[in-house]
Amino acid sequence: MDDSRRDFLKKASIASLGIAALPVLSAGVRAVSGHGAATDSIQWGMVIDVQKCDNKALADAAQKACHTEHNVPAVPADLKDEEIKWIWTEAFQNVFPEQAHARMAHKLHDKQVVVLCNHCDRPSCVRVCPTKATWKRKSDGIVMMDMHRCIGCRFCMAACPFGARSFNYSDPRKFMDTEKPANTLYPTRSMGVVEKCTFCADRIREGRQPACVEAANAIVPGAMVFGNVNDPESEIYKYLTENHTLVRQLNLGTGPNVYYKL
Amino acid sequence: MLDHVFRGSKKYWAFIGLLLAVIGAGVFAYSFQLRDGLTVTGMSRDVSWGFYIAQFTFMVGVAAAAVMVVIPYYLHDYKAFGKMVIMAEFLAVPAVLVCMLFIAADMGQPMRMLNVMLHPTPNSVMFFDMTVLFGYLGINLIVGCISLDCERKGVHYPGWLKFFIFLSVPWAVSIHTVTAFLYAGLEARPFWMTAILAPRFLASAFAAGPSLLIILSFIVRKVSRFDPGEQAIKTLSTVVTYAMCLNIFFVGLEIFTVFYADMPHHMEPFIYMFKGLEHHGETYNNLVPFMWFGQILGVIAAIFLVIPSTRKNFTLLPFLCGAVILALWLEKGLGMVLAGFIPSPLLHITEYVPTAIELAVTIGIYAIGALTLTVLYKIIIGVREHGLPSAERQ
Repeated sequence: MDDSRRDFLKKASIASLGIAALPVLSAGVRAVSGHGAATDSIQWGMVIDVQKCDNKALADAAQKACHTEHNVPAVPADLKDEEIKWIWTEAFQNVFPEQAHARMAHKLHDKQVVVLCNHCDRPSCVRVCPTKATWKRKSDGIVMMDMHRCIGCRFCMAACPFGARSFNYSDPRKFMDTEKPANTLYPTRSMGVVEKCTFCADRIREGRQPACVEAANAIVPGAMVFGNVNDPESEIYKYLTENHTLVRQLNLGTGPNVYYKL
Repeated sequence: MLDHVFRGSKKYWAFIGLLLAVIGAGVFAYSFQLRDGLTVTGMSRDVSWGFYIAQFTFMVGVAAAAVMVVIPYYLHDYKAFGKMVIMAEFLAVPAVLVCMLFIAADMGQPMRMLNVMLHPTPNSVMFFDMTVLFGYLGINLIVGCISLDCERKGVHYPGWLKFFIFLSVPWAVSIHTVTAFLYAGLEARPFWMTAILAPRFLASAFAAGPSLLIILSFIVRKVSRFDPGEQAIKTLSTVVTYAMCLNIFFVGLEIFTVFYADMPHHMEPFIYMFKGLEHHGETYNNLVPFMWFGQILGVIAAIFLVIPSTRKNFTLLPFLCGAVILALWLEKGLGMVLAGFIPSPLLHITEYVPTAIELAVTIGIYAIGALTLTVLYKIIIGVREHGLPSAERQ
């Protein structure tokens, strides 16, 4: 009996050690399998062709399509510090500070690069949100945002390494036609909440491409590619395997799903 | 015990009236924020936390500092703190209250704040912060009120209270550790993402909190016949000295690591604080005078605290304590929070300057804290003066 008890204790202690080690082990496994391995689940992703998108007309059209679709308030110039933007452009050196060395070809250094939410695999914003107002949707990997649950603590803005999030410092409805918002199918929101790109979750549900992709490709075909990065049959999967692409801040481990072709 | 609150001198009522007026002004200022949104503050897309969160961070430390009196008294039976311990607990209560109010003032949608409880999210440090703050407020109210009531009745406090007293020790450490984790857990902000942040927060808390307690002791000695005790003040000033030196050491560790390793992203916030950053031909340096003033003041205060003759000089000590509080408020409240946002993840620099409304709301919240503190201390003084021999009574 003593033997069996000892045996039990031995097994139990090994089991408890195993449980204690689980987080460490799973982290290890995650690191080894890395970012972007093919799985059954959907993960929407986007490729931005930096050369093709370095085009003011294209970037403006993409932003206009997005901001109209989502009733993004056009904050006046005197409140520029409180701007709301879901998709916009930044200089290459600001988007890829790790890549932009001092002797880099000027034509790349000063390029304007389209930026938006990266819909990360392990999003920092989701980790810190105290109300689950932003979450990683299991069905397709979109980092969703519920502007009607958000309490406006702005923890997500501090946590996002990409500056992808904007806060409504003023009443957003002041900056749009309240009688008839540009898109009556998309909600307007109250002041004091955070907002960001949703990869056009509503359009995807209808089998359409995101508004920015549609607008950009209408001007320069192939400027942006959108699709399920986990599906080996998808256009984006093939694109990523055949072209050299970058993601922003790879070292931080958030696993961005917006890729850049130089 | 509450009756003591309603019996006081003309000076007492004048002070209460003054605080109420300041609170009224703060509420009035807040009404603009409630109507127009946080656009009335100096915060921006790039600097998304400002004065409110800075005050919150600093005051969590003040609240946690009660443990520096509780540990010696309850765990080591250090009798000299006998009269001081209730003051420490009743300082923690308004300090936590002020923290909560600053968080509330910072919210974009304050009426949705209960969503934090409605949708509890254990992976969010902010959820934990709320939990530990509420817990700490409760613990200190229970321990403070019950032990004072027992003292009034001349009986020993009930045995079960020990549980809450012991619980308050790790809990005090937890509130400031969790507050540090709010910042230290963010990979997007190299300035904050450092393991020394929590120890640094605790060290600065154990310097600033007891400093405030010493100043309050001097005030209590002046306005009432209740004396927390000379020895208690002396011992507390030793605590302040050690904690302040530790804090300076921790800041030094941080600066060594960052500048010896020579990594731009880690250095830039420090350069912004102490020298200013050049960006597209413009210089951004609005924190520089405050940071240098704070650091120099802190070091001078530490030197005078280390020298026994100046530390034991009761005319000088309140000023040294005031210097410690101001230096740490500048370092940890202002500098620590704001520099984390500079430069932004997209390498832009947006400077932050608080607006008049923000300042008025801040002062209003501190006045609420001061009012709560006054009321609680009035009760302590009332009970204690009542206990004095009748010959001493007026």
